[in-house]
Amino acid sequence: MASLITCPHCGTRPKEEFSVRGAVIARPSASEKDEAWHRYVYVRDNPKGRYQEYWHHAAGCRRWLVVNRDNLTHEVFGVTDAQASREGSR
Amino acid sequence: MSAYRLDAGGLVNRANPLTFTFDGKSYTGFDGDTLASALIANDQMLMGRSFKYHRPRGPVTSGSAEPNALMTIGSGARSEPNVRATVAELYNGLTAVSQNRWPSLAFDLGAVNGLLSPFLGAGFYYKTFMWPAMLWEKLYEPLIRRAAGLGKLTMEADPDRYEKAWAHCDLLVVGSGPAGLMAALSAARAGARVLIADESARFGGSLLSENVVIGGQAASDYAAGLVEELASFPNVTMMPRTTVFGWYDDMVFGAVERVQKHVETPSPDLPVECVWRIVAKRAILASGAEERPLVFGGNDRPGVMTANAARTYLNRYGVAAGSKVAVFTNGGSGYRTAGDLSARGVEVTAIIDARATSTDPAPYGVRVIHGGAVVATRGRNRIDALVAERAGFEEEIACDALAMAGGWSPIVHLMCQRGAKPVWSDAAQAFLAPDVGSGFVAAGSAGCADSIAACLRDGASKAAAFSTELGFAAYAANIPEVEGEYDPDFAPLWYVPGAKDKAFVDFQNDVHVSDLGLAQREGFRHIEHTKRYTTSGMATDQGKLGNVATIGIVAAMRGVSPAEIGTTTFRPFYTPVSMGALAGTSRAEHAAPVRTSPLYGWAKKNGATFVESGLWYRSSWFARDGEKTWRDSVDREVRNVRENAGLCDVSTLGKIEIFGTGAAEFLNRVYSNAFLKLPVGKARYGLMLREDGMVFDDGTTSRLSENHYVMTTTTTYATEVMAHLEFASQTFWPHLDVRFVSSSDQWAQMSLAGPKARIILARIVEDDISDAAMPFLGAKVVTLKGGLKARLFRISFSGELAYELAVPAGYGEAVADAIMQAGREDGICAYGVEALNVLRIEKGFVTHAELEGRTTPDDLGYGKMMAMTKPDFIGKRLSTRFGLTAADRLQLVGLKPVETDKEFMAGAHLLKDGAAATLAGDQGFVSSACYSPTLGHTIGLGLLKSGRERIGEKITVWDGLRGTEVAAEVCLPVFVDPQNTKQHL
Repeated sequence: MASLITCPHCGTRPKEEFSVRGAVIARPSASEKDEAWHRYVYVRDNPKGRYQEYWHHAAGCRRWLVVNRDNLTHEVFGVTDAQASREGSR
Repeated sequence: MSAYRLDAGGLVNRANPLTFTFDGKSYTGFDGDTLASALIANDQMLMGRSFKYHRPRGPVTSGSAEPNALMTIGSGARSEPNVRATVAELYNGLTAVSQNRWPSLAFDLGAVNGLLSPFLGAGFYYKTFMWPAMLWEKLYEPLIRRAAGLGKLTMEADPDRYEKAWAHCDLLVVGSGPAGLMAALSAARAGARVLIADESARFGGSLLSENVVIGGQAASDYAAGLVEELASFPNVTMMPRTTVFGWYDDMVFGAVERVQKHVETPSPDLPVECVWRIVAKRAILASGAEERPLVFGGNDRPGVMTANAARTYLNRYGVAAGSKVAVFTNGGSGYRTAGDLSARGVEVTAIIDARATSTDPAPYGVRVIHGGAVVATRGRNRIDALVAERAGFEEEIACDALAMAGGWSPIVHLMCQRGAKPVWSDAAQAFLAPDVGSGFVAAGSAGCADSIAACLRDGASKAAAFSTELGFAAYAANIPEVEGEYDPDFAPLWYVPGAKDKAFVDFQNDVHVSDLGLAQREGFRHIEHTKRYTTSGMATDQGKLGNVATIGIVAAMRGVSPAEIGTTTFRPFYTPVSMGALAGTSRAEHAAPVRTSPLYGWAKKNGATFVESGLWYRSSWFARDGEKTWRDSVDREVRNVRENAGLCDVSTLGKIEIFGTGAAEFLNRVYSNAFLKLPVGKARYGLMLREDGMVFDDGTTSRLSENHYVMTTTTTYATEVMAHLEFASQTFWPHLDVRFVSSSDQWAQMSLAGPKARIILARIVEDDISDAAMPFLGAKVVTLKGGLKARLFRISFSGELAYELAVPAGYGEAVADAIMQAGREDGICAYGVEALNVLRIEKGFVTHAELEGRTTPDDLGYGKMMAMTKPDFIGKRLSTRFGLTAADRLQLVGLKPVETDKEFMAGAHLLKDGAAATLAGDQGFVSSACYSPTLGHTIGLGLLKSGRERIGEKITVWDGLRGTEVAAEVCLPVFVDPQNTKQHL
């Protein structure tokens, strides 16, 4: 866990303003196979090291963010808006 | 007389004497004293009893690592246990009491433990109190806790205030000794925002206790000059009495400032302590070094203290620790103490130097025993002699204080709190600060600088490097010449063999050398195991003094380097922090926010009893004269709603305004039922699912205009639904044009229900609200008489003709009053959430008692609300899994007792008729139950295996908790008006 998160909209803020949802996984389309949906809803990698997580700036701009961090060293490599990062990947 | 105050000297203000008491006896000290220095000045060296053996103890340090001189300060609600007298500032009226002794400090019956010590070694609790296990909780543990212990907490409420705050800086400097002051000054001159903190009330650190000349000035005067210059910078924040106790991620430091711990009666306008979170771009650890005690027989006798402590008491406080002081040293520090004492006219009886030779200068006429060692000390509550051994010959030397110098350990705790381990150095014979990457470095003696001049240079150069990194012009510091330094080198001496008495390694926990040996022999060899087994390095001081010796001794016993043994784990807090400071203002009624509805005032004046529901205080029922129990009130409210009308506060429901051209499509995707074609002016009940197919939340959403909807959620899930909508919008379907804003707190919302609801409402609304103009599930903005715009929804949670009226929060009470006034002649009553619950159970409406995370829409009889023709909605894909469609799932049913005078409660299990009352035959459970005043008996909703096929079956309701079994009939989950005629009136 980090102590400070640099929100792309609000700047550097204490972690208490955020809530964490968990791993960033793309929602499958409705037509995808059961296996893909099973993985999406139930299966998580739980890696040691670098990890991408959804964080919600609940007490700030109310935007969902993607926090790229190392869950071993607690280093944060980057924080982007979830919507912007999704669009950027297209 | 042994210890005494010198006639002159020291940094105490002799013009300001302070009176205080210790164990009821009155003493005098000076402004600038610590409690310990004042007690020593009064020749009161005995300050406590040890934890296990109740041995008499005095201070062994002059600072925050103190393991012995713990006492309770203050009285009544302000009494605080385990305060280190060595850091407690003296104030007028201070009262201190010693701990862990009975009947008195000088004569403690618990000292009999010392005689039993052969049986009280490491692990003795584990070995002795094993059997029978049942006695552990009731007998052994309370017994041990009483016998061995520290101070006692007061049970009175803390009368003082505490606060928390944030601070930001370019450079944080921890410690205000030569390195810290010079670092702060260099960065300040360069223009950086500097925050410098020191645990002491006075800045200067070792400059206040070392007898050297810097740039032609006494060290303390030089320090005062630096402090004065620092104070002149607007970009410098100076925080005395502030301990930086922790280093956290992202260069956030935790610190506690003791704002008013040095006054007898704190001002109510200030907190007594404040916890700071300091965000620093860079940080310098200038926390100095700790002098290690030597480990020899009887090294815990009062009067035995580190050479550095003896020097500090002498130079900073003007107090001689004894009249005949002996020194036991393995390096230059002991000689410096001897020299300083001698120069102030204190007799030094001998210097016992563990080294065979040395070049350190002894004061004139003082005998030096090279290659010697102290093997025992004598004296009852105070040392009166020591036994020195050299080349096999023993000699008794009279003394009333013994200064011991065992080498130096840099204070590196903060840098090791995030996983990095300190690094052993053979050259320094100490564990050094690890490289924790850029941004945080140790400077001065914390960084192993070996002289005051080196500390000054180190602080300046490290601050200059950081200033440059941060884009400030580096300032070339002018380091003056330091005269009169001593050589702090030392030769390692972990312990003195052949001890005639216990040789303590950890004073606070009474751990001695043989305990460490026992731990090794019994297999607790890993240093973390050794720590837990012997308790060495535990409790309030966390082994600040003894840990390095523990490691060194274990290494010596095993014949390896201390590097191979390693250290135990460093964690915050560096020194104890009070619970009050950590709680800050979050205590009593401020521990959690209190949410009250905009109709709270209305409910209160109508006689509401409130119930805590999450953070909310909701009106539960409205008792009237003559009603003896809550049930009397609830039954009346329910009957009145069914016969006349009632007004209920539903403002706690979550309310979300939804805007945008994509709002209809969005709602269609987050609700399981169809929302695309909801007309303007209509409300619709909706079910939201989780992606796994279970019901997440329910509520109504109304379309107020083409692209504006208002959603209600349950009170419980208001926050979660909002976050869920935002998540879906921002990450699943960012191209849908939809925006949300929570308006839960902006609207006062009230439900007016009952056959007379329309008549009453018409009296306060301008608009036509006839059934034709405002049919069931109508939703529109209306004008109240007087001109206020309000939102009116014709929705019912009771099965009666009902409306929900929402007005801006500030108007809520006035509108509710107006409705009560308008309905008086028709018998309106206020009703609370208890009656609301009975009304909805009678109609079979569900709440989170049924939407409990394991139910699908079909389980609840809402299968029709799965619009499977929609291409996608949250929860659709997994809802068709076999497990969620199986015929033997728990399904919602109604339950009524066969004999109508029998009752059951929610949580009871459902069993087949005649089945044994065990969980083996569990068929489901009662989710909601109440007494129905309409029917005159208990009714319930339950989730029953294949429930819908079993209508009419007789089952058993088994309440294992209360030991009751009630025969019940399974029925449809609607008890009142199954044809829904009343809500359509």
